[in-house]
Amino acid sequence: MTESSQPHSSGSENIQLDLVLTARTLFGFFMTGLTGLFAAIAIIPLAAIIINVASQGLPLINLNLFTKLPPPPGLSGGGLGNAIVGTLIVLAVAVVISVPIGVLGAVWLSEFGRGSKIAYWVRFSANVLSGVPAIIAGLFSYTIVVMTMGTFSAFAGGVALAVVMLPIVMRTTEEGLVLVPEEVRLAALGLGATRFETVSRVVLPAALPSIATAVTLAVARAGGEAAPLLFTALNNNFWSTDLFRPISTLSVQVYFFAIIPYKPQQELAWAGALVLLSIILIVSIGSRLVTRKKRY
Amino acid sequence: MSVSDNSPEAPDVAAIEARKNLRYYLDQAFYYTTMIFALALAVVLAWIIIQIGITALPAISRFGLDFLASTTWDPVRNIYGILPQIYGTLVSAIIGLVVAVPLGLGIAVFLSEDFLPTYVSTPITFAIELLAAIPSVVIGLWGIFVLIPFLRPFYAFLRQYLGWIPLFGTEPRGNSLLTLGLVLAFMILPLITSISRGTLVSLPPHLRQGAMALGATRWETILRVLIPAGFSGIVGSIMLALGRAMGETMAAAMLVGNANRINISILQPGSTIASLIASQFGEAGRDQVAALLYAGLILMILTLIVNILAEMIIKKFQNVER
Repeated sequence: MTESSQPHSSGSENIQLDLVLTARTLFGFFMTGLTGLFAAIAIIPLAAIIINVASQGLPLINLNLFTKLPPPPGLSGGGLGNAIVGTLIVLAVAVVISVPIGVLGAVWLSEFGRGSKIAYWVRFSANVLSGVPAIIAGLFSYTIVVMTMGTFSAFAGGVALAVVMLPIVMRTTEEGLVLVPEEVRLAALGLGATRFETVSRVVLPAALPSIATAVTLAVARAGGEAAPLLFTALNNNFWSTDLFRPISTLSVQVYFFAIIPYKPQQELAWAGALVLLSIILIVSIGSRLVTRKKRY
Repeated sequence: MSVSDNSPEAPDVAAIEARKNLRYYLDQAFYYTTMIFALALAVVLAWIIIQIGITALPAISRFGLDFLASTTWDPVRNIYGILPQIYGTLVSAIIGLVVAVPLGLGIAVFLSEDFLPTYVSTPITFAIELLAAIPSVVIGLWGIFVLIPFLRPFYAFLRQYLGWIPLFGTEPRGNSLLTLGLVLAFMILPLITSISRGTLVSLPPHLRQGAMALGATRWETILRVLIPAGFSGIVGSIMLALGRAMGETMAAAMLVGNANRINISILQPGSTIASLIASQFGEAGRDQVAALLYAGLILMILTLIVNILAEMIIKKFQNVER
């Protein structure tokens, strides 16, 4: 790849010059090769993780995995049924808390607050909050829910995950809302709609795909988090659908089973990892395809 | 913003007025509801700090700043200090950055400067972003059973040939600060790559054209013009990555070894603030919970400082661009 293959290059008379291998062009080759190598190196762990998780986890995917309780330490068989149900319950709580706040907050940022000082600081806080370690969200939920109610619970886990999801929902939704063309809003307002009517009947429906993306991305992120759940939802070896009792979740179960020295449990950890990874990869790839569609 | 003025017969003025008022109040209510929800996010951020601070108060008043300098973590005698954890957090994050910054920056350049046709570079970009989506507990599991056995010979090599350097001066262990650092490198790589790439892509085209017109090669343009011009965005991405690396919990708890000591050798197990909280909170009694919350507060403050600096650097850069 020499300079002559580029649109930036000078002109046809100079091609002779470009073909001479100077130290400068050699350096260019070297750097291009090096950074290309870097890109290859970066993809190796991704491929390795996906291949390892799939090869270790696939043999264990069967109906029992989704319906049975985990076996006692050292015994084989069983599954992660309660953890899968628990993950769904905790995520549902987190969605119910974070999505209304996130979406309506994003509406204010994009429709009313554009350019204002308050919006600037809210955005700033959202970016900072998304950088706050997830385990801090767990500590926060522990102090406000677990300590107040006196028990670890699915609800506390949901609150912790809601804190993780909130900035993602708000910022991604805002990005989606900003993409709705200004003319659409002006048209609605020009017909005599109030701002509420404009937003609820025109802007939000138009931005629905990107809001859905925002929510699914946040759910995918939160679904894989174990740290905020360690001391909020805690864990539970039995079936539980009670919001106010400890509950098992996939990510926490994978953690506990990875660090105990029993082979059957470690195998379940791989199976759980495969379930988690598949869900997250499907959501991430799916949401990327959805965002390509535009309504206007 | 009223529409009712143009009715020709003006039938029931009171009804129209009522409807007008209803719509007006609904609109106002909507405005303020959304504003409160937007503000709620900022409130949550402040609330987290205050709430964790208040709950940690017993430990704060008991240990004060000695907490940061003491190496004892003794639940039996109720004496707590997190110097080894602060050390482990910083060392593993620095190892992560040392590996991830050159890699991430190189990849960002490689993907932004059209060395590749888009149908090749888009999948690569996406693959690197996917790396960020993998749950850290899955990375931890993979680290325990695949990466550590894979790294063993490499660590033995380091010990044998570079053992005279104190960093590699002990018998290697699988669970170590180095293992965690390497895993953190791959976890923060997507962040550095995507923000640096965004920065490079958004640079004004005349910079590139100008340098090329002066006869610079593509790599001279990149190294002497584009990277300096995008420097603040790149620094911002590195700061964000540092914050992420310091707060990473599950991979740390599973791979660092959770040993409460300071060892110069990065081949030895260590501990990070996050891994300490994750591994001890479950069985902690009252006083220990306060101490762990104090540790959490320290972690929160560290990551907040780093994140706020990163935000400010990136914001400033964006403002210059506009």
